[in-house]
Amino acid sequence: MKLVKLIFKNALRHKLRASLTIVGIAIAVMSFGLLRTVVTAWNAGVASSAADRLITRQSVSFIFPLPYAYRDQIGKVPGVAKVTWFNWFGGVYKDKTQFFARMACDPETLFDVYPEFVMDAEQLAVFKKERNSCIIGSGLAQTYNLKVGDAMEMDGDIYPGKWQFVVRGIYKPRDKATDVTQMFFHWQYLDERIRRDDPSRAGNMGWFAVKVNDPTQSASVSEQIDALFKNSRAETKTETERAFQQGFVAASGAVLTAINVMSFVIIGIIMLVLGNTMIMSARERTREYAVLKTLGFSGGHLIMFIAGESLVISFLGAVIGLALLVPMVSNFEQVMPKGFFPVFYIEPSTWVIAAAAAMLVGVAAAIVPIQRALRTRIVDGLRFIG
Amino acid sequence: MAAISVTNVTKSYQRDKTSVPVLNDVSISVQQGEFLALMGPSGSGKTTLLNLIAGIDRPTSGSILVQGIDIATLGETALAKWRAQKVGFIFQFYNLIPVLSAFENVELPLMLTSLSKKERKQQVETALSVVGLADRMTHSPNQLSGGQQQRVAIARAIATDPDIIVADEPTGDLDKLSADEIMTLLERLNSEFGKTIVMVTHDPRAAERAKVVRHLDKGDLLAEEVRS
Ligand SMILES: Nc1ncnc2c1ncn2[C@@H]1O[C@H](COP(=O)(O)OP(=O)(O)OP(=O)(O)O)[C@@H](O)[C@H]1O
Ligand SMILES: [Mg+2]
Repeated sequence: MKLVKLIFKNALRHKLRASLTIVGIAIAVMSFGLLRTVVTAWNAGVASSAADRLITRQSVSFIFPLPYAYRDQIGKVPGVAKVTWFNWFGGVYKDKTQFFARMACDPETLFDVYPEFVMDAEQLAVFKKERNSCIIGSGLAQTYNLKVGDAMEMDGDIYPGKWQFVVRGIYKPRDKATDVTQMFFHWQYLDERIRRDDPSRAGNMGWFAVKVNDPTQSASVSEQIDALFKNSRAETKTETERAFQQGFVAASGAVLTAINVMSFVIIGIIMLVLGNTMIMSARERTREYAVLKTLGFSGGHLIMFIAGESLVISFLGAVIGLALLVPMVSNFEQVMPKGFFPVFYIEPSTWVIAAAAAMLVGVAAAIVPIQRALRTRIVDGLRFIG
Repeated sequence: MAAISVTNVTKSYQRDKTSVPVLNDVSISVQQGEFLALMGPSGSGKTTLLNLIAGIDRPTSGSILVQGIDIATLGETALAKWRAQKVGFIFQFYNLIPVLSAFENVELPLMLTSLSKKERKQQVETALSVVGLADRMTHSPNQLSGGQQQRVAIARAIATDPDIIVADEPTGDLDKLSADEIMTLLERLNSEFGKTIVMVTHDPRAAERAKVVRHLDKGDLLAEEVRS
């Protein structure tokens, strides 16, 4: 016999009580993981944004475009390494419920500024050459079952008319935080048609993404860029991509805080549940602990027995909870509107925090019963009638 | 030298700020190989005296020498170690661990020794065969009768081969037949294995089997009565 065996047997002595507690912990761990994953998804934009990237947009609003000429002016600012630009296309693919980002881009510079989009060299070469080609993220390709060579047709709204694209490349994520649900096509293709249909809107760019040489200089580079266009027809506002994303996330900050608090409240509640179970078990065994002490078992042994029992229960709960987390997260993603969370995955830290929290709960729940078992004198324990 | 000498021991328990005397200036010595029965009315302090001798409680004053060691001066850890090596315990309600088998219950005190798994197995089997339960090793306590459970408890008490065995009303919860079996077993442990036994009992039939009977009354130890 090993003493560990006694720990396991004690943990499962009351089958129903142990099962209920384990299920409770499992649900809590799973909920904790899910809530953390939602928070992660929300913050993914911020996490994936590069610190060395600036976004220059029209100072009043995104909706207003910036003139083509700005590109070269921004490129000349000291500290600027590369400039690329986008136009938000919008439009409808298949039907109105299908949401993902569609943007006109500059294929020549896009990948210099956004190295997280990983492209096959051959596909990239074709994409750069063909006017009406587009590239899509691997996530999008999977969702719509699109392959290289497939056609994509869109109904334009910001840019009216029917638009035909051919998928010439599928980019892969550099890391898990990379958004793989975007579609990019040639800005030239867009601009040519606008020049023909609505010349007054030609040559406009939605916003610029600027790669700087030294992220610590971001602030001064931003100022210099905005200074260039001060008092012009279209003033600009430049900020780091991270600040830009944070602005978006901050808007939902209260909700995020609530979710965050909730996730830890769950841990707190489960600590009480397990604590209660442990206190009941230890109380019922007051006499047994006194007998063990009589036989010569030390306080250290009792700590091991009680904490071990508590940890066995919380460990089983954590394992089941984490096992349930995977299907739970994927189901949750299914019921969310498509593309609502472009990046939705269980972060490694979520596993670690959830498991660590469960273990912490296990230890914390054992504190009171351990204190009691140690404090009870043998003669009182032997006289105890449960 | 006496195996156990209790000298001028008093014991009082604290109850709501007042101190209740339980033993008044008790002195008694128990010889090596003696079988002593402690009798007396309920509340007279029998269990308390037994607990003091066995080192699970401490006297308010006085000294308790067991094989030359003043156990009242030992620290908590040293005392626990001493108990594990020197004293075997038998309780009225057996106090077996319900989730462990008979074998595992007997093995429990051996877990605190440096014996190998094989050596432990040997000791446990020997102890269980002494009490006549070699064929019930895998049974759990709730699959055994009261008498059988008490025999497992006796096997647990002798597993570490202690010099002294203390028993608090070992037959108190048993029918006559089982009680006789238990007493025969204790007698054998005393005569065959030379264990020094101190037993508390209410049962005159059980006390008859002891070599010496001492009576406690309201915390006072009454004069000795020796039988041939
Ligand atoms: N741990 C304790 N705390 C407080 N009082 C105690 C404790 N143990 C015993 N007492 C008191 O000491 C007195 C003697 O108790 P003890 O258990 O020694 O009696 P006893 O002779 O064994 O009685 P019984 O035959 O009923 O078992 C009783 O009044 C009891 O209430
Ligand atoms: Mg008693």
